[in-house]
Amino acid sequence: MLQRLRENKSAQGTLLALPTTVWLFVLLIIPLILTLIVSFGRRSPDGDVIYTFTLDNYTRLLGYSTDCPDGQASCFDPLYVNILGRSLSLAFNTTLFVITLAYPLAYFIARAHPKRRNLFLFMVLIPLWTNFVIRVYAWMMLLRKEGAINIIIGWVMNALNIPFTPFEMLYTPGAVLVGMIYEFLPFMILPIYTSLEKIDTSLYEAAADLGANSIKTFLRVTLPLSMPGVVAGTILVFIPVMGTFIVSDILGGRQVILVGNLIQRQFLDARDPTFGSAASLILMVMTLIVTYFYTRKFGFGEEIVVG
Amino acid sequence: MNPFRRSPFVIIAAIIVYFFLYAPIVGLILYSFNASRTNVTFEGFIPSFSERVVMDGSLVKSSPCGPFHWYCDLAKNDDVAEAAGNTLTIAFISTIVSTIIGTMAALALQRYNFKMKPFSQLSLYIPIVIPEIVMGIGILTLFSQFFGWANNAFNLVGDSRLSLGIATVTISHIAFMVPFVTLVVQARLQGFDKSYEEAAMDLGANEWTTFRRVTLPMILPGIMSGALLAFTLSLDDFVITFFTNGPGSTTLPIYVYGLLRRIITPQVNALSTVWILVVFLAVLLLQILQNREQKQHS
Repeated sequence: MLQRLRENKSAQGTLLALPTTVWLFVLLIIPLILTLIVSFGRRSPDGDVIYTFTLDNYTRLLGYSTDCPDGQASCFDPLYVNILGRSLSLAFNTTLFVITLAYPLAYFIARAHPKRRNLFLFMVLIPLWTNFVIRVYAWMMLLRKEGAINIIIGWVMNALNIPFTPFEMLYTPGAVLVGMIYEFLPFMILPIYTSLEKIDTSLYEAAADLGANSIKTFLRVTLPLSMPGVVAGTILVFIPVMGTFIVSDILGGRQVILVGNLIQRQFLDARDPTFGSAASLILMVMTLIVTYFYTRKFGFGEEIVVG
Repeated sequence: MNPFRRSPFVIIAAIIVYFFLYAPIVGLILYSFNASRTNVTFEGFIPSFSERVVMDGSLVKSSPCGPFHWYCDLAKNDDVAEAAGNTLTIAFISTIVSTIIGTMAALALQRYNFKMKPFSQLSLYIPIVIPEIVMGIGILTLFSQFFGWANNAFNLVGDSRLSLGIATVTISHIAFMVPFVTLVVQARLQGFDKSYEEAAMDLGANEWTTFRRVTLPMILPGIMSGALLAFTLSLDDFVITFFTNGPGSTTLPIYVYGLLRRIITPQVNALSTVWILVVFLAVLLLQILQNREQKQHS
């Protein structure tokens, strides 16, 4: 038996990969299948799942409603479609802002003297590994009416003798956007840095020899070669932003409801797992579609592991 | 042309982004010395040491620990101690398991050909391309279905009933940590020079000895950085833990989240500051390990 295993390379490989494959199958793939089954079910009056096959949860998500004002049998209720749209546009905006902020910093680090690069990278990792919840809390303290930002603006205004009433910043869509940008910025910096650092410096010399100025070199050499990093970073930012509910919960209060909040409430407060499951599958399909078209256009960055 | 030349625009932008990254953290640390109990606005540092805590309304006037009043308060908090214990237990166990099985999978995927290889490789990307909340509620559904069935089938009652707890959190953490370990170790194996192993075999070492004495020491730094990445992922995780924890298995992120929805005293800031210090030391350790590895390679 052992002798046979020693000679059979394929069996060895299967055995080595087996624990991981089984673990991932049981805890990632079976749960997805269960979610799909539950999403076709119905909620019983005491909050249990009745297994049937109905598309009610999906039609409700897409706006079909039987709870109409003037005696109509059915009508369009945009509540959930709006939530999906809001999550999607927030994820796009966050990604755009994050690229704008991350690119110059990644470029700065990649062009730093090799001896100092590790220090600069280290300075990006510290905020990244400070706990996610703690980082949201930090912004809650900065943004509130009595918080640090209003205090500092107040000082400046006072010195200039301009009357000033503190801004209401917490519990607004802007607060959620800032929180998301802050949370996911490092996930963009690291992959962009990795692809910038790989660029062969002789390419710059070649561009200069051929008469390109620094702007042209950047646009024609640096930017295209750093695209794999931008693609990997976008995947690492866009997908989690779509599903996160803590940032909107803490910085948006009850004002900004995203699809993550919707799902969380179905499982905890409203107790309708069937509707929550349908919403989470729609979320998954949305992120997969965006990722598919995005990576088909730009390729799947191998930088993804580095982040 | 100097390859290290950067325009002033890039330098200014970098300074602004670093400021954006650090200002909230500095604010957080500053507020951990706040004299105000309500912690809404900064009322100055706690001025003096005394035998016992002296309060003036919601302001702390003096304390046995002086400015570090909230840190002493934190040390006396049993809930925090329990949550910290849970967090570390979960992180240690899940790191050990995911490092071992993740490394095995990396070796299999890099060195062997077998039938389910494409499936194994593809399943590693699930945690990257699917939002965490989708996995969280899926795993919650799996556990509640399984526990419902098992409790019924084996007539489990009272304390022996299966329910969510440290075990379910640990099992779920391993599921999303393994792919990261495997992908990191796989990346290291790609640049591996096979001639060392061939030399060992030529000198009469069998496969196991070659692995233990040659392969393992050479990929160990890669395994270590995979393990450290897994460890920090587990410490940082909120969403998966949120859906898989039960009574008595609260972790620090869950505990902090619970506080944020109620009354917040500067104790939360003290906790955050301690956390930031611990993370700082962990990242420093990782950097030192990676530097040593780079020196070995060059």
